[in-house]
Amino acid sequence: MNLRGRVWVLGDHINTDAIIPAKYKFRTGDFKELAKHVFEDLDPTLASKISKGDIIVAGRNFGMGSSREHAPRVIKEAGVSAIVACSFARIFFRNAINVGLPVIEVKDANKYFKEGDIAVVDLEKGLVKNETTGIELKFSPYPSFITDVMKAGGLAAYRRGQGRSL
Amino acid sequence: MGETIVQKLFRTRLGRAVKPGEIVVADIDLAYAHDGTGPLAIDAFRELGSNTVHDPSKIRFVIDHASPSPNEGASNLQLKLRAFARENSIRIYEVGEGICHQVIPENESLKPGMFIVGADSHTVTLGAFSLFATGVGSTDFAEVMTSGKLWFKVPEAMKVTLNGCFQPGVMSKDLILRIIGDVGADGATYMSIEFQGEGVKTLSMASRMTVCNMVVEMGAKNGVFPLDEVTVKHVDTSSLNYKSVFKPDEDAEYAMSLSYRLDELEPVVAAPHNVDNVKPVKELEGLEVNQVFIGSCTNGREEDFEIAAKILSRKGVKKGVRCIAIPASRRVFLNLLRNGIIDKLVSAGCTVTHSTCGPCLGVHFGILGSGEVAVSTSNRNFKGRMGNPESSIYLASPATAAASAVEGVITDPRKLIGG
Ligand code: SF4
Repeated sequence: MNLRGRVWVLGDHINTDAIIPAKYKFRTGDFKELAKHVFEDLDPTLASKISKGDIIVAGRNFGMGSSREHAPRVIKEAGVSAIVACSFARIFFRNAINVGLPVIEVKDANKYFKEGDIAVVDLEKGLVKNETTGIELKFSPYPSFITDVMKAGGLAAYRRGQGRSL
Repeated sequence: MGETIVQKLFRTRLGRAVKPGEIVVADIDLAYAHDGTGPLAIDAFRELGSNTVHDPSKIRFVIDHASPSPNEGASNLQLKLRAFARENSIRIYEVGEGICHQVIPENESLKPGMFIVGADSHTVTLGAFSLFATGVGSTDFAEVMTSGKLWFKVPEAMKVTLNGCFQPGVMSKDLILRIIGDVGADGATYMSIEFQGEGVKTLSMASRMTVCNMVVEMGAKNGVFPLDEVTVKHVDTSSLNYKSVFKPDEDAEYAMSLSYRLDELEPVVAAPHNVDNVKPVKELEGLEVNQVFIGSCTNGREEDFEIAAKILSRKGVKKGVRCIAIPASRRVFLNLLRNGIIDKLVSAGCTVTHSTCGPCLGVHFGILGSGEVAVSTSNRNFKGRMGNPESSIYLASPATAAASAVEGVITDPRKLIGG
């Protein structure tokens, strides 16, 4: 599965409050509404600039903080098709896979991208390409179960397709 | 090769030895969610196509985050949680009973070696009771409601050896902040943090909970204390010869080892906007403070308010400073009422309220104004955490928080203790 999109570059330690401030999740469970506030405390204009298919490239420890699954769901709802980061926080990583938001760990990822570049991610081959500069970065592909969950769009969709359980 | 505590926990659960990195499926003994994560877990449960809760006796809900509800949206999310609990015979702890990580250990029978997951990152608090506890997202929680099981990667472990005992005015909060400062916000990602050494036995259960509570702030999967004489007063060991279990083997293999002398530690704060931005209080002394919050699942227990009351009763809260004190549960509140601590706090000028997460996460009570500075005993100082991205949060112990409320500026509590 190939994902292609315009890149937004974010820094290190992007936390779950920066992804979606807690106050909004206690006002509504409507993700279209919540998506309007994605990354609000980081940059209030970002939500309106992100468009469908865009890819986030970030530094270390993306998604640190709370276990709120709202975080990857809101990013996905905002239209982001994948996050490529140097590393991810544990619970965010797991949640992102569960909700079908591809998360790709690539060493020094943020050094090879700038805002507006076009990135292409090949989940099966384990390849991230910066189409704008031609640079290709490798990552070790996930076990096929996880790639399948991501391709299906999350654990729920995967389950419906498989009829299997733990 | 010997085993770490977390390896022993997994071995006890699975009936076989495990190695770090192995993916295993484990039965879950207890799982809890709150009003912030429970409603989404119900959606996820339905998305998974599940109809019946596997074993409702192992599921709990707690309404603690926006409690009582500050707006109509939160009220409706709570209604959804209550309805699901009713339909599925799930026990729900209601508004005012307390914060989940306090209410669960107070009311549920904890056994060493249990596997507990919570739809909240600070579920790691419960590792203080020599058990495996970790935070999960709503879909994983829905999976536990569906099947009673969850998959885990067996973590590597970090050993933290403690010796000596704290000087007056230094608390376990200073220890865990120091560790996070040393390790960094992602320095222990995916690890089990295991506390050992002679110093452990000087730590009360409440102090251990404070330490475990914050291991997630360095990325850890869980934190755990060995089973000892302190633990056994708080857990059910009837089915266990406690002396031989949940202590690491001498030759256990650790990915990282750190060692601290408790008597050498000093009061510290985590300065804005990251928990690993740890500095000695003395470097920041004199910085003006607008609001002090003493409470949360990190520091909302009896010992926290006892020391705060001691410091606050000397001169009271400085005029112009708001000091909010919130016990972590109704039981803590009642204990403090009965032993006169609440009287001291209120007399000193604190605003004392029923148990809720409240100011900790910036949903209601104590939202900061732009440019304001807060000292908080909670566990996160991220930008905007207390509801306003233009404000600054310094994390500190209850002693430092109380001393700062008295002086109106960040203050080393050792100046106000004793003497
Ligand atoms: S007190 Fe704060 S950190 Fe603890 S559970 Fe509540 S919101 Fe989370």
